[in-house]
This record gives sequence, structure tokens and C-alpha cells, in this order.
Amino acid sequence: MPSPVMPTSIGDGRRPCSPAISAVGLRKAYGDKTVLDGIDLCIPEGSVFALLGPNGAGKTTIVKILSTLIGADGGQAEVAGHNIATEPDGVRAAIGVTGQFSAVDGLITGEENMRLMADLNHLSKRKGKQVVAELLERFDLVEAAGKPVQSYSGGMKRRLDIAMTLVGGPRIIFLDEPTTGLDPRSRHNMWQIIRELVSDGVTVFLTTQYLEEADELADRIAVLHDGTIAAEGSADELKRTIPGGHIRLRFTDPSAYHSAATALREVQRDDEALALQLPSGGSQRELRSVLDWLDAAGIEADGLTVHTPDLDDVFFALTRNDAATPAEEAAR
Amino acid sequence: MSTLTLAVRDSSTMLRRNLLHARRYPSATLNLLLTPVMMLLLFVYVFGDAMSAGLGGSGADRSDYVAYIVPGILLMTVGSTTFGAAVYMAMDMTEGVIARFRTMSIHRSSVLIGHVVGSVLQSVMSVVLVGAVGVAIGFCSTDAGVLEWLAALGLVTLFSLALTWTAVGMGLSSPNAEAASNSAMPLILLPLISSAFIPAETMPGWLQPIAEYQPFTPAIETLRGLLLGSEIGHNGWLAVTWCLGLTVLGYLWSKALFNRDPM
Repeated sequence: MPSPVMPTSIGDGRRPCSPAISAVGLRKAYGDKTVLDGIDLCIPEGSVFALLGPNGAGKTTIVKILSTLIGADGGQAEVAGHNIATEPDGVRAAIGVTGQFSAVDGLITGEENMRLMADLNHLSKRKGKQVVAELLERFDLVEAAGKPVQSYSGGMKRRLDIAMTLVGGPRIIFLDEPTTGLDPRSRHNMWQIIRELVSDGVTVFLTTQYLEEADELADRIAVLHDGTIAAEGSADELKRTIPGGHIRLRFTDPSAYHSAATALREVQRDDEALALQLPSGGSQRELRSVLDWLDAAGIEADGLTVHTPDLDDVFFALTRNDAATPAEEAAR
Repeated sequence: MSTLTLAVRDSSTMLRRNLLHARRYPSATLNLLLTPVMMLLLFVYVFGDAMSAGLGGSGADRSDYVAYIVPGILLMTVGSTTFGAAVYMAMDMTEGVIARFRTMSIHRSSVLIGHVVGSVLQSVMSVVLVGAVGVAIGFCSTDAGVLEWLAALGLVTLFSLALTWTAVGMGLSSPNAEAASNSAMPLILLPLISSAFIPAETMPGWLQPIAEYQPFTPAIETLRGLLLGSEIGHNGWLAVTWCLGLTVLGYLWSKALFNRDPM
């Protein structure tokens, strides 16, 4: 895709959009607090879309609206070709939702949870049994299947949660912060699960506060900020939109640090960490010239790292003035 | 699938879920039986002699009081189990799985219907258990034939249905289990100011109309009439009217509450 994309919207003509999910101008307010202020989305079938944003940005609200859990105050959206407001049942038949807080029944066993889903998806007895057995196997829950879900670990609950979502064979899956609160191993397991889903052609709508996760999984990423989409594009496109490459020099001796800081004018100082940042694109040629220059100036740093812009930089650049207020926190 | 088939199928799935909960945690149901059974024993064995004096007819004794109190205790049992239903509904609404149900293509009210049918079954079973305690301490129906027994069962079921729909509404309107146990308090308190323990005529004048026309008294008097052959009079249609009214209002109220956007 050519140019870097700063706020994109549907109807820009670049994509022939036969979207799994599309939205125009979605709005939602709780009381006088506006949570979503005109959200446009176009998510092609079979892709992974990550919605990235700080706590309280409204990620969960978007998922709730698109999954027909709550109504929007304004705007329109279609999911799987059905209008969310006028044909919610059509939407519900096509989607699976795994919320931020596990949507499992803690009082009954894992297998009973799965059978419940099979029956509510109106599968025949035989088909239901088969699907439940397959999914329990696939998500490594066979051993735990007979135990009450209350006794499961966080990772197991999350796996059961996704397994339950998959019983009905949804074509579109919403995953609201699927890895929040998981340990690193469970998180990587979850990523593997999501990749497998995508290879089956399922469209995945993912929300996350982890940039690494969006970078890892998503075809397209949108950054949600102040109720609007601040930027949208692939991870590479987003990284290209902002400067931020630099070389970081670290000192242990304060006097060396201070003489270096005065010798190098075009630097950003970090007095507390005794570190200096020089802007740089990170190429070999650039790096060599910086090193030569440091030698010439007689500066010897104790550590040198090269930093290329990552999604963190994009994120911070876009959400700079943001500090979630308690009110925003509560509105989630 | 037609709407009706869908409704029946999803509701019975939800009922299965509720019965699984009840079977796994029987103590929750049994605890609710403690109050009526304790009341029964307390009033019969501690207050029995004194209370029988209030029954009118000279020479009434403890065994007459057993006959008098058991029908009241049976419907108090219904109040007590439906109180449990309100708390359980509020608790269940805080579970994440309810949000999942809302995003599935299922009959919308099936969650509620599962709760109600499950609670009515529990309620009727509880009445049978408490009734067995009553029989064990000397209650016997003097008058009832097959028809009266069936009518009594029907009355208990209808009364449970009415109170359960009301209780489910109370549960849904409460943000958590504690709040639900407050708002459902009338289900426990109303039997105490009904004709369950003493005839309404013996109460102070200002209390009599309340005692006489609240839902419990007509139902208790009707059950008494069916089991013991006492005069039912206008209490029969009053009880049925209360039951049908509460069922319809409770259903509409609950449905409206459930269809609100969750926070």
C-alpha cells in the first residue's frame, strides 16, 4: 500500500471494501462523558484488525457496540452484512465474542460449559459432542474438563472462553484484551491460537494495550485516542509516520556525561539516567559517522544502543497529551 | 426454526444450567428451608398452646394449631425459596457468561425463563419437603380428596410462579446480591403479617385490611380450605387474581429490565 496513512476512513477508494465489519460515525456517551466521538472502520474479511489504545480510550465500548451488547448513540455499523441496530440476530449468528472478563460459568465444569454452548448454537446431539470433544482437545482442556471452572487458572479460563466462542463456528471473532493478565507463556499460547484462527479464514477484531501484540498479530492497526481513531494502517505504515530513531549514549561518570552533553549540542539530555540521545535513522553509515565524531570529540560512553522507531513511539506520539482521568477510567 | 421452538429449546437449555447449579450446590436451596421449618417447630412446640387459644373455638389445642399453621408455613416456604431466586438472579447477572448469552443468537428471554422454571420446581419440591415435616409432627388433611390435592398443588405452583417472576424482577433491578436480598425482603416479611400464624381478625384494626388483602393471606386461606375444608369464600378468586397479576407484571418488568443495555 502506498502512502502512509494518517486518519483513514472508509470510502477513500483505495480498497474495494467487502468488509466483515464496517462502521461510520459511531458515537457513544455515558452521561455527559463522550466515549466514542465518530468512529469509522472498514475491516476486510479474513484479516486481523487490532484496536490499540490506553485504558479508558473506549476499546471495550466499541466491541460492546459491534457485538450488539449495547446500542450506539449515533452512527451506523454493519457486521457480517447485517446492521447492528436493525438486525442484531443476524450479527449474533455470525460472531463470537470473548470479553475482557471471562465469559464462562464458574459454577459448572468446563465440559458442561461447552455443552451449554453446543445446545445454544443449536447443534445436533452428535455434532455437538464431536465439536466439544475436538475443542477441548485442541485447547488442552481434556484433563480439566470435569472440574468446576472456578478452580481453573487464568490461562485455562481464557482458553475455555475462546473454546466456547468457537463452538458455533463464528466467521468473525471479537477478542477484547485476550491476553491481559496472562503470564508470558499463556500469552504466547494465545497468540498461537489467534494465528490458527486466522489461517482458518476467520476475521479477528482484537483490542489490546500491548503494542507488541498488535505488531505481532495484526494486519491493520488503529490507534484509538480521545474517542476517535488517531491513526490507522499496517504496523510498518504507522512506524513510518513518526520520527523517533536515535542513538542513546549512557554514562556512569557524571563529569564525562556533562562534558559530553556540552560538546554535543543537538542532543536530548536525560540527566537522571546520565544518558544522551542523538537523532539517527539507524543505518550503518550514519552510525559510523556518529562514532567517528564521538572519537574526534574525545567522548567515551559506557554504553551505546541504537533505537529505531517502534509502535511504542507511534503510540506515545499519538497519545502524548493523554493521561486517563478517573472519569474516563470509570466509563470503561 | 420457529420462534416458539427456539424459545422452548433455549429455555430448556437454560433450565438445565440452573438445575446443574442447584444440584452442585444443594446447600443453597436447603438453607432457604431452615427458616420455615424453624418457624413451624417454634410456633407449634413453644407457642403452640398459647396460640391455639387465639383460634376461636373453645377447647382448641396444640394439634388444632398444627392443622392451622401448616398451610401458612407451606406458602411461607414459597416466599423463602423465591427470595433465594431474587438473590440468585442478581448474582447470576454479575457473571460474565450472561454477557456472552446476550451476544448469541438465542431466544432473548430464555435466561429468565430458565431461572423462573428452575425456581418454581425448587419451590414445589421445598413445599413437599416442608409438608413432610408438617405431617411428621401431626398434620393431616381432614378433608381433601384427589381433586382438592390437585387444586392445592396447582395453587402452590401458580403462587410460586407469581412470586418468582416478581423476585426475578427484584433481582434484575439490584446491582448485586446484597441489594437483592434487601429488595426481596417483602417475600420473607409478608407471611409474618398474614394469616399464617394467627387469624387476621385477631390483629389490630389498622393492620387487618393489609393482612387480609396482601397476596399471602388469600392464598393461605384458599390452601387451608382445600386441605382442611374451611370456608374459602372470596379468597379463592382473590388468590388467583393476585397470582395472575403478579405473574404478568413480574414478567413484563423482568423482561424490560433484562433488555436494558448492560453497563
